[in-house]
Amino acid sequence: MEEKLQKAVDFIQEKYDASLEDFRGDITLHLSKENLYEAVKTLRETFDFEMLMEITAVDYWPGQTPRFHLIYNFYSLKNNFRLRLRVPLNGNEPEIKTIEGIYPNANWPEREVWDMFGIHFEGHSDPRRILMPAAWEGHPLRKDYPLGYEEVQFTFNYEEIDLNKPYPKE
Amino acid sequence: MEDQAVHEVNLEQFKHLVSERALTGETMVLNMGPQHPATHGVLRLVLELDGERVINVIPDIGFLHTGIEKTIESKSYLKSLVLTDRLDYMHTLGNNLVYCLAIEKLAELDVPPRAQAIRVIMAELTRLSSHLLYLGSTGLDTGAMSIFLYCFREREMILDILESCSGHRMMTSYIRPGGIWRDVPPEFEDDLRAFIKEMHLRITQYEDLLTKNQIFLDRTVGIGILKREDAIRWGVTGPVLRASGVDYDLRKAQPYSGYEQYDFEVPTSSDGDVYARYTVRIDEMRQSLRIIEQALDKLPSGPVSSTNRKYVPPARSELGTSMEALIHHFKLWTEGFSPPKGSVYAAVEAPRGEMGVFMESDGGSKPYRCHYRTPSFAHIQIMPLMMKGYLIADLVVIIASIDIVLGDADR
Repeated sequence: MEEKLQKAVDFIQEKYDASLEDFRGDITLHLSKENLYEAVKTLRETFDFEMLMEITAVDYWPGQTPRFHLIYNFYSLKNNFRLRLRVPLNGNEPEIKTIEGIYPNANWPEREVWDMFGIHFEGHSDPRRILMPAAWEGHPLRKDYPLGYEEVQFTFNYEEIDLNKPYPKE
Repeated sequence: MEDQAVHEVNLEQFKHLVSERALTGETMVLNMGPQHPATHGVLRLVLELDGERVINVIPDIGFLHTGIEKTIESKSYLKSLVLTDRLDYMHTLGNNLVYCLAIEKLAELDVPPRAQAIRVIMAELTRLSSHLLYLGSTGLDTGAMSIFLYCFREREMILDILESCSGHRMMTSYIRPGGIWRDVPPEFEDDLRAFIKEMHLRITQYEDLLTKNQIFLDRTVGIGILKREDAIRWGVTGPVLRASGVDYDLRKAQPYSGYEQYDFEVPTSSDGDVYARYTVRIDEMRQSLRIIEQALDKLPSGPVSSTNRKYVPPARSELGTSMEALIHHFKLWTEGFSPPKGSVYAAVEAPRGEMGVFMESDGGSKPYRCHYRTPSFAHIQIMPLMMKGYLIADLVVIIASIDIVLGDADR
């Protein structure tokens, strides 16, 4: 690990009680959601992580609790290294403070995470759905949301599927 | 939901995003709908206009959302490879490449040098085809309609080469984990050299058409300026960032697939307007030709995919004689391979910017989570910043210059 990255990682580990994971050269820090905002602010201001690359989430239902892990991906243009932060969130009413004030381009990725996973971002300026239609219910990328393919109509289930088909009304 | 035949939209949805003048009716809120010949795909822009000046732009995406990420979670790694082609459909082999890079990083697979060189050639060919499309549609959007078909004539040559290698013109799935699908055909080198020779000539002809054309300059110089600090703050990558003065190219900064062996320059410009992005992309096309030539000259011989039989299927000729080959073949085609548990992030320099894959595996045969960090998603977000204060006609040119592909943004 490079020395500046090591300094940043050590600082965050100590001050914000994070645990380090180094897998195949990718450095990930596991944080708790209370410490996230301050840690991100430190990364931006002190350690030159100018770019937020992505915000995404992983759903571990039903295997693990806490169910969601939010993942933030940062890149330092000056020093050319990456850092990832992982924040576990639990399943009922998951919410976390938005980092839109620190990185303005967190706006759309956070909207996507809300749309796909249902994780609420407090203080977000525009909490609307982004990929799904505005009136959609449900959060598609959760593991308990069905894939939604069309069931094949064989002879044994011909009538059942026929009932659900959208025929034009008379 | 079933009763709504017409989806009614009113200003209520966007009340918090438009200025107060729109709510009183002083400025007009116009919908530049998803079906529009100038928006480069199904992009909906809600424009707030004061006469012809744009006050604010609210982009609305999601019309091409096909749930690729969710579908990938239910298919094995190799089957999902076919889905990845369809993300950024102008840069198909690049999408395959980034997916395979992520799997190879997870599984610590080795890729033989011949496969790496061919991957570089394929990636640069798709970069060329994407920039040719950019050039054609930019010309078309500014009114220079003849360049559109000239660029498509060159794209046909590239697609013919891809077809000779893989059998498919665009959605090739040629780059697979561990290497590539099969070796290039014997006429590959001759076709490619003829193409390179012709392409150098053609790029000069395209420059003659547009670079010093007074109408093109009037329409593009000083339009859609993105300042350097804004570009970095908003996470912009790719030619848009390089045109704003930042020298950042993933092929040089964090090289993958053997890019460090090739000698090429990264064109930048400090203006940050539409014309700067045009010059950056034209220069990138020339550098791509340079890389392809070097890769073709140095093309090493050897196998084209890894010999790790846990991930790469054996050749069919071995199946008759070797029991292990038969077992590996069976396991790979029924269950698929299972990379170790963990999460990685791999990125490539797509023609639009940095395209990255965050892949998490739980040790099973299906990807547990595969998220794409796509450049078009990030760039549509900064459209309002680049478009404030310009005319509607400039809007069209600015969208063309960012070079978005909606398959990339919506997934």
